[in-house]
Amino acid sequence: MNTPALGHPPPLLDVRGLSISLRSRSGFIQVVSDVSFTVAAGEALGIVGESGSGKTLSMLSLLQLLPQGAVARAERASYDGRDLLAQSNKQMAGIRGREIAFVFQDSLTALNPVLSIGQQITEGMRLHFSMAKADAELRAVELLLQVGIPDPSLRLRQYPHEFSGGMRQRVCIAMALAGKPRLLIADEPTTALDVTVQAEIVNLIRQLQIDSGLTVIWVTHDLALLARIADRVVVMYGGRVMEDARACDLFATPRHPYAAALLRSARYDMTSSKQTDPIATQSMEAPAPMGCPFAPRCDEADDRCRATAPSLVSVPGNAHVACWARAGELPGTRLV
Amino acid sequence: MTQATPLFSARGIAVTFHRKRWLGRHPQLVQALRGIDLDIMSGEVLALVGESGSGKSTLARVLIKAIAATAGSLAFQGTDITHLEGERLRAMRRHFQIVFQDPFSSLNPRLSIGTAIAEPLIVHNLAAGEALRHRVAECLRMVGLDPTLSTRRPHEFSGGQRQRICIARAIAGQPLLIVADEALSALDPSLRDRVLDLFQDLKTRFSLTYLFISHDLRLVRRIADRVAVMYLGQVIEIGATKEVYNHPRHPYTQALMSAIPVPDPLAERSRHYPTLPGEPPSPSNPPQGCSFHPRCSRAGHLCRTQLPLLNKTSDRHEVACHFPD
Repeated sequence: MNTPALGHPPPLLDVRGLSISLRSRSGFIQVVSDVSFTVAAGEALGIVGESGSGKTLSMLSLLQLLPQGAVARAERASYDGRDLLAQSNKQMAGIRGREIAFVFQDSLTALNPVLSIGQQITEGMRLHFSMAKADAELRAVELLLQVGIPDPSLRLRQYPHEFSGGMRQRVCIAMALAGKPRLLIADEPTTALDVTVQAEIVNLIRQLQIDSGLTVIWVTHDLALLARIADRVVVMYGGRVMEDARACDLFATPRHPYAAALLRSARYDMTSSKQTDPIATQSMEAPAPMGCPFAPRCDEADDRCRATAPSLVSVPGNAHVACWARAGELPGTRLV
Repeated sequence: MTQATPLFSARGIAVTFHRKRWLGRHPQLVQALRGIDLDIMSGEVLALVGESGSGKSTLARVLIKAIAATAGSLAFQGTDITHLEGERLRAMRRHFQIVFQDPFSSLNPRLSIGTAIAEPLIVHNLAAGEALRHRVAECLRMVGLDPTLSTRRPHEFSGGQRQRICIARAIAGQPLLIVADEALSALDPSLRDRVLDLFQDLKTRFSLTYLFISHDLRLVRRIADRVAVMYLGQVIEIGATKEVYNHPRHPYTQALMSAIPVPDPLAERSRHYPTLPGEPPSPSNPPQGCSFHPRCSRAGHLCRTQLPLLNKTSDRHEVACHFPD
């Protein structure tokens, strides 16, 4: 979000002021407002938020994959110097899969049930690299081995229903890697999986990041999971970024009241404590349209919070926070 | 421990499904449950955990007699209900209610929520007229919803509110046991915590017993008094929640517990996540001996030939393993 200091390479992905509106019968509804974040090459960014917080829409908009009727605008959405929102369909086809790959939550709907796994993995390679069929199949075998699928040459001939949920998600990751992307966006890839399988997928993606310098954006509603994966964490709520900080800082001292509440909730999960959760005690009234989305559930909210949503301001420690109550008390803050 | 009669008592429960293969002539036998002994004590929260396909939901449905067991016996408050049917079974059903994972599909979209909550009361002849309206309003208040909303339909409510409506419907007939089948899994963290609080509040107010099915081990730790870990249709470890979480004895339980993410980056980065080799075996073709042996690092000859049974390792802890840790 800042102009990069001297000696720092520019971020691989730089998003500033991203807003997304959905068309409805009564006009446009803004569902994502003023979202900003950056991802450096080789970094793993975690985006955490509840359903409806705008995390998935934000990711889809970067690949121009928004559903019909949704419109994205941004001050900047630059990937490696290219403006993602301004790319033509043809240019985008060269970016999707080849530069930025996506792994979705539901591996069953992400795969085509009537094509063999081999056909689906090689499709991208033949398209992006004009590879011969035999070469693409060899490469597909390598990819399946890389994501930990035993017996790859046999598995290539099988169909999605012949795989377990965890194995299907591995196939999706192999497919995502087929185009040798630099950035992998994983949207809740382990939510539908059992905890032991989740641990394996997490290990796998972490290993890919370390070994081949893959840049990763991991979208989840589970803050605890990000402790393992993320170098930086962006906390979203109600279509806005609440806080953005280095993972170690966020888990040690969250600044935004919502981030703090999420962390408390995650910590309660580690105990047998029957304590009431702090985010839970507040009312569920809808936030005022112009105000901070978290205000109705925030202990520290005042009239200003309900009237105007605070912008993200940068705070010491290479972090950003959008909170009237917090920004004021932190020295050295300034508007982004 | 006192010798109180368990609320539910299951002995040797087995369930076998016939699965017809597509165009296949020979139906496959799927052994969903294989010899389960389980007691649910009155007033406790017992959690069933395990991977998908381990038989958690099937077991719960057998207990409340929603599906029939192929073998075994079932007792409710000391009375054998294995072969109960007809009118007497229907009357018995009032005592056990279930809350499902998906609050969207478990409410009839064409019934007002008041009617949905009133239905069990009408079916079981528990209230009528003014008393019925009163009871519906009371149930809505108990789950934290405004009774004046009772004429609204499900689509006007959010996921969390709908789950509250399902809970209101479950408690309307003053049941003894509530089965919560992944009832909190579809909810966001903060909503989930609120509904969890509601469950706990209702439990203390009406001395309810819960059978809590979840694959979310963190949630279970917060709510359960006892945990039963299932693997391939069997209970492989059962005990007090603290015991099972802090000192898991079965290698599978140990793998489960160590896979729970911890919200601490420093601890997480230095931690070694042990992974289980292979995948869960198919319930239509369970391995000989201990069903976990193909994935177990401790497996010996005994494990490949002989099925381990649940064995008391302490007062509050039982494990089915030949070589418990």
